[in-house]
Amino acid sequence: MSAVLMTQVLPLADFVAPKIEYNELAPLLVVFGAACVGVLAEAFLPRQLRHVAQVALALVGLVVAAVLTVLLMVDDKKLIAAQGAISVDGPALFTWITLLTLTVISVLLFAERSVDGGLSAFAGQAAAVPGSEAEREGTAAKVEHTEVFPLTLFAVGGMMLFASANDLLIMFVALEVFSLPLYLLCGLARRRRLISQEAAMKYFLLGAFASAFLLYGIALLYGYAGTMSLGGISDALATKTSGDAMLLAGTGLIAVGLLFKVGAVPFHSWTPDVYQGAPTPVTGFMAACTKIAAFIGLMRVFYVALGGSRWDWAPMMWIVAILTMVVGSIVALTQTDVKRMLAYSSIAHAGFLLTAFVGLSQAGSGVTNGITSTQAVLFYLVCYAFPTIGAFALVTLVRDAGGEATHLSRWAGLGKKSPLLAGIFAFFLLGFAGIPLTAGFTGKWAVFTAAWTGGAWPLVVVAVLCSLVAAFFYVRVIVLMFFSDLPADAPDVALPGWQTTTAVALGLAATVVLGVVPGPVLALASRAGEFIR
Amino acid sequence: MSHELMWLLVAIPAVSAAILLLGGKATNGWGHLLGTAAPLASFVCGVLLFFQMQGLDGEERSETIKLFEWFSVGSIQVDVTLLIDQLSILFVLLITGVGSLIHIYSIGYMAHDARRRRFFGYLNLFIASMLLLVLAADYLVVFVGWEGVGLASYLLIGFWQHKHSAATAAKKAFVVNRVGDIGLSLAVMSMWALFGSSAFTTVNAGVEGVSSTWGTLLGLMLLLAACGKSAQVPLQSWLLDAMEGPTPVSALIHAATMVTAGVYLVVRSHAIYEVTDAASTAVVIVGTVTALVGAIIGCAKDDIKKALAGSTMSQIGYMMLAAGLGPAGYVFAIFHLLTHGFFKANMFLGAGSVMHGMNDDVNMRHYGGLAKYMKVTFATFAFGYLAILGIPPFAGFFSKDKIIEAAFADNLVIGLCALLGAGITAFYMTRLMLMTFFGEKRWEKDVHPHESPAVMTGPLVVLAALSLGGGALYFAGHWIVEWLEPVVGHEEHHPPVSALVMTLITLAVVAVGIVIAVVLYRRDIPREAPVQVSPVTTFARRDVYGDALNEAVLMRPGQYLTRTLVWLDNRGVDGLVNGLAALFGGLSGRLRRFQTGFVRSYALSMVFGAAFVVVALLAVRLS
Repeated sequence: MSAVLMTQVLPLADFVAPKIEYNELAPLLVVFGAACVGVLAEAFLPRQLRHVAQVALALVGLVVAAVLTVLLMVDDKKLIAAQGAISVDGPALFTWITLLTLTVISVLLFAERSVDGGLSAFAGQAAAVPGSEAEREGTAAKVEHTEVFPLTLFAVGGMMLFASANDLLIMFVALEVFSLPLYLLCGLARRRRLISQEAAMKYFLLGAFASAFLLYGIALLYGYAGTMSLGGISDALATKTSGDAMLLAGTGLIAVGLLFKVGAVPFHSWTPDVYQGAPTPVTGFMAACTKIAAFIGLMRVFYVALGGSRWDWAPMMWIVAILTMVVGSIVALTQTDVKRMLAYSSIAHAGFLLTAFVGLSQAGSGVTNGITSTQAVLFYLVCYAFPTIGAFALVTLVRDAGGEATHLSRWAGLGKKSPLLAGIFAFFLLGFAGIPLTAGFTGKWAVFTAAWTGGAWPLVVVAVLCSLVAAFFYVRVIVLMFFSDLPADAPDVALPGWQTTTAVALGLAATVVLGVVPGPVLALASRAGEFIR
Repeated sequence: MSHELMWLLVAIPAVSAAILLLGGKATNGWGHLLGTAAPLASFVCGVLLFFQMQGLDGEERSETIKLFEWFSVGSIQVDVTLLIDQLSILFVLLITGVGSLIHIYSIGYMAHDARRRRFFGYLNLFIASMLLLVLAADYLVVFVGWEGVGLASYLLIGFWQHKHSAATAAKKAFVVNRVGDIGLSLAVMSMWALFGSSAFTTVNAGVEGVSSTWGTLLGLMLLLAACGKSAQVPLQSWLLDAMEGPTPVSALIHAATMVTAGVYLVVRSHAIYEVTDAASTAVVIVGTVTALVGAIIGCAKDDIKKALAGSTMSQIGYMMLAAGLGPAGYVFAIFHLLTHGFFKANMFLGAGSVMHGMNDDVNMRHYGGLAKYMKVTFATFAFGYLAILGIPPFAGFFSKDKIIEAAFADNLVIGLCALLGAGITAFYMTRLMLMTFFGEKRWEKDVHPHESPAVMTGPLVVLAALSLGGGALYFAGHWIVEWLEPVVGHEEHHPPVSALVMTLITLAVVAVGIVIAVVLYRRDIPREAPVQVSPVTTFARRDVYGDALNEAVLMRPGQYLTRTLVWLDNRGVDGLVNGLAALFGGLSGRLRRFQTGFVRSYALSMVFGAAFVVVALLAVRLS
């Protein structure tokens, strides 16, 4: 009896060990492994060693993962790994290497301690009540949360997994793996802690809300297709004739969850509050990396699993794209905080990316030559992400007694105080505005071309008009910096350490190089090809 | 020196200019020496190339090198290609040779100027641009040089920018030149449209096939360009004001080289003018009118440099006239251009030397009897004087005589005008000589005329020698005719009477001009210019009403137009822009209110969003 029960419960004879392609998944495993080691280091290393050890560990882990990714790219690997759960294909590898590079820059920014008198941007003790004696003591003792580095590694690992998930359940797990560390990181600002904690709270609540939508959508799609694998859903679309209500509702709810992460209107309302409240290096990391992971995940689900029903969801996505561009660029006009302005700018950029996404310029849909939507989005993300981190890195340098001076009125006349900083920031802004010979221009050119060839020319028209509106608020900051008088109580410009300098320099280099000679990166994006299933 | 290295001609002064202009004060100490060495080095290169060319047959002397592809857009490709042939090498030698002398002279002339180094930087920039202009093998590259010399001219006319008159003159030169430049840029664009390229070879080959209308239009566009750069009627007005620049500039740019670029352009485009009689005739008319207008203006000026400037206009008019005559005149246009380069540079530098001794006073009414005090200057100036009058055996005799002959061979009226111009030239140059070097001294007590230093008189002597010997280019077996024939072609002209009779008539007219001047100006000359003068004198003094005409026809209507546009801009365009900005700003302010900061309202907006998404999906399916 019990033996029978045992075999029923544990059919050992039938058990086949899952086949794991360790070679292909090595970058993921290295990042997660380094994160786990980081947790251990946090527990066992003495305090004074932790900072150096954690930074070194994070950087080594990221660089090793990046090297492994490059090796995979050289081999041009394309396969579905881990029993159909993870697809290691061109877009995934391209996303991995981009994420890893950006995270290296972010980790450098996290480790920067010279702009705020030897202290990092993170709270000494997150648990200490803001303004309390405990906080002051912690600050005096220069304690800090070195946990941010393992958290970052977990976040980036989750993002990599998210971008390559071939199964809705894995995708959900990955989403949570990268979201939870981000919620924490958002609440860890050293200065203006209340607004930081508020941001973390909002992000968490709304994130959980969005996750619920996503999960419900996944359940509905499972109900429709009987499987969670993207390929399986695609097959079901091709064969099934009934259950369309579940399909449509599932598609809609999944779209809500993913568009939330992308920061598309009307699921964008968290973005400005969180971008403003989070420690600025974390904002840069989120603005660059989350956007990338979310976009690739969105495209993977909608292209691979739901590509067959694209005529159902494309009109809805058109409207979302238009709303995102219009609201992002118009509301940015009246922003008075540089971080909030950049947040709305990132919303507008999400809209531009969506044009390529819904342009559906795909090899399979009749587009034989020219740039495909996937390639255009990959390229745009690179063009957008590097300057974004650089711009947020510059924001950390303009400081007064209360920390960063992010109110735009405080940036008046900055060009007279620090022509270099203001000049580079102006250049980034011109890049975001899409002035030729910057990365912003080539990126926009790529996504608009993809959208146009895919037939979404009305979207391109709206996008160009929105770029025009957006140019206004970018140039407004430039005018403010260079053509206003410097007030007597102007904020100081901190001397950056090599970490911040590196982040800014890389952003600057990317803006120039991708603007002047975009060929190599475009070739890399086009080599990445399409998603596999 | 291999012709492959001809780019060095342009590169050396260009690099020197860059060093001088970017190097800042660090180069103050030796800037003028580097600035002088650069054109000398180019001159040496030019001489080497010239002698190398001698060893080749006529047809093989033309060499082209492609430096790099400049740009390629669709079917249009522009290469930066240099062409050195018999025509351009003569220009190279003139520009670098006379240019070097003027650089040397400037060391002395500008010795007391705090911004001397910058002056040499600009001069080098000019030399580089001018060489690019004459060496380019593509009209677009010509245009680059064309603009470069325009820029250098602007910078140098306004070099003493603290003087209001200099700044205004520079601006005027720039604006008037811009009008001419429109002609060249239109011509280049038309060439692209017609032939798909603006390279000389393509244009020359293609022009045979175009309609006569297009041929005429191209010719007229190029003529407009030439008028601007060479100060020909109706774009002549800037040259007199350009004399505000330092005198070496007047000598180099506004007498010897840059102002002759228009003649070069016409001669270089001979293939175009060969297919259009209308444009060729226009060139002749412009040249003839300018020859007379310049001479008339020269008669009434008391400012020694302006008198010479009028003369320059007039002499370039002669060249233009010759160039318009076609193959019969091309060679003599270039020949006169060279000899004029010698004797006019000589006289301008002589005038500079006089000014140097007279506390920078330019009014000839304050001179008089200077021959005793400035012997070298006087002697060299006299050589230039005899050359411009066309007294044998001076250089101008050979070149000008040939142009008058060719003009008579072409058309009696043109010939008579050219002859009359020679007479007026004799008159005003004699007047200038008498007022400056002869008669009673009329200067103030505190002026102490003295001879200039050797660094200034040395170039004068060399140029005086060239003014005398430059004619050898022709009388030594018609060398220049044979030299240029493979490039521009040549045909003998047949004047109505024999060449000897023509020469005698010309000399007689010149003699009449001299006699009238001597009769008029031998008597005492008042220190102040008389006010009660004949209408003819007023006409000449006021530059033949060129400025008045420009103001009435162009400036005032232009001002009305701009005022109207400003009004429209304020009312219409700004209103629209501000209205749009207000609209978006208001929209932004309203949309912003949705960002309340409350998580509950954010979550609600997400719920609405989710509802919208699902409804949109269903709507698509159900529709």
